[in-house]
Amino acid sequence: MEMQYNKRFVARDRNWHPPAYAPGYKTSVARSPQQALVSMQKPTASELSGPDFRHLRMGPHDNDLLLNFRQEQGQGLPQGERIIMFGRVVDQFGKPVPHTLVEMWQANAGGRYRHRNDNYLAPLDPNFGGVGRCLTDDQGWYRFRTIKPGPYPWPNDPNSWRPSHIHVSVMGPSISTRLITQMYFEGDPLIPLCPIVHTLKDPEAVETMIGRLDMARSKPMDCLAYRFDLVVRGELQTFFENQ
Amino acid sequence: MNQPNSRPTSELLLRETASQTAGPYVHIGLALAAAGNPTRDEEIWNEMARPGAEGEHIEVVGTVIDGNGDLVRDAFIEAWQADANGEYQQEFDLEKPFNSFGRTATTFDHGSEWTLKTVKPGSVAHASGQVQAPHINLSIFARGINIHLQTRLYFEDEAKANAACPVLSRIESPTRRQTLIARREEVDGKVRYRLDIRLQGEGETVFFDF
Repeated sequence: MEMQYNKRFVARDRNWHPPAYAPGYKTSVARSPQQALVSMQKPTASELSGPDFRHLRMGPHDNDLLLNFRQEQGQGLPQGERIIMFGRVVDQFGKPVPHTLVEMWQANAGGRYRHRNDNYLAPLDPNFGGVGRCLTDDQGWYRFRTIKPGPYPWPNDPNSWRPSHIHVSVMGPSISTRLITQMYFEGDPLIPLCPIVHTLKDPEAVETMIGRLDMARSKPMDCLAYRFDLVVRGELQTFFENQ
Repeated sequence: MNQPNSRPTSELLLRETASQTAGPYVHIGLALAAAGNPTRDEEIWNEMARPGAEGEHIEVVGTVIDGNGDLVRDAFIEAWQADANGEYQQEFDLEKPFNSFGRTATTFDHGSEWTLKTVKPGSVAHASGQVQAPHINLSIFARGINIHLQTRLYFEDEAKANAACPVLSRIESPTRRQTLIARREEVDGKVRYRLDIRLQGEGETVFFDF
């Protein structure tokens, strides 16, 4: 039984990820632990295993946000710039991560979320829910069809605006590879101004969150395409003598 | 000193995609019912054990509290635990009576509690040859949490197993160890365990790096 957990993952570089305490992003101040994380010298089956979602049944439009919240069948489409968002989930060794769950949520074209606490003055779009999910294929590819979310103001500083972004959640092969991030759009002038982006110290880490315009995958007279590859922790195939 | 190749140099590796906060609206994406939004045919939610599942059926509840002592109402939590026999059920399938994985969220209602319906996990082997006390791994996501926090829930009525658990023993301070112990309650004849997660300050929950 233990044999199947004879694996480890490349250690997470906590200086690459944003620190818990990042005062420029004010909400982190009261929500960041002050004590050091306790490192688990030898992760156990509890950390190295994780759910496999290939039997979770997806609805026909779960990954198509243009269609999955339509008010009336066959009528009405969301407002905004239609886009394809796609990419590959790979691990740190470049190995594709197949059959893993990729989920996303976002604001509508006006920059408003379908959430009871979002009272931004932009209107809700009756034909847009802003939620999608899919499983990667056997080569690690995923794909969504959606609209480009709008930027919106938020009360961090007197004039803070979030760049257009899509929240992205990926499971990977284990709970150790679990990750939630955001995809930003290449060329957006709001990216360097955003306090949440600034929680990252390394500009190269910011680059890992940029979706790239891909004209070859765009559909003429229909959708622009943005490619966003996700890299999850790499699995080390090392055997340890006491396992 | 490190053995050759025991720590791969970053040059050989792709960098992990950087984490970002799940933001204030994580519920619309991953906890649709908690957001009050329409759900899909199959959602991953908090009923990990259905009536046919083997083992002692329990409810696990708690709150998430910030450094000011205020309830965090927009938290999203994922649970991962062994079944009653100490085995992880990796294949997630809503038709099975038990799944090792579940999701829950704090709410905007009074009390703002998260809840899991599950069975008490069995003990899980540890590489050292010792046995880990029954536990549930929890990952916490919320606005203001830049990379999710990872913790464990242990059970108050497993004192002997807890004392022998190699992971719990890694926490030097006995006071801090207590932050992972869920208290047993009986409500209407049902067993319930309560664990409040404190993000910061006095009674701060132990969070792990793995």
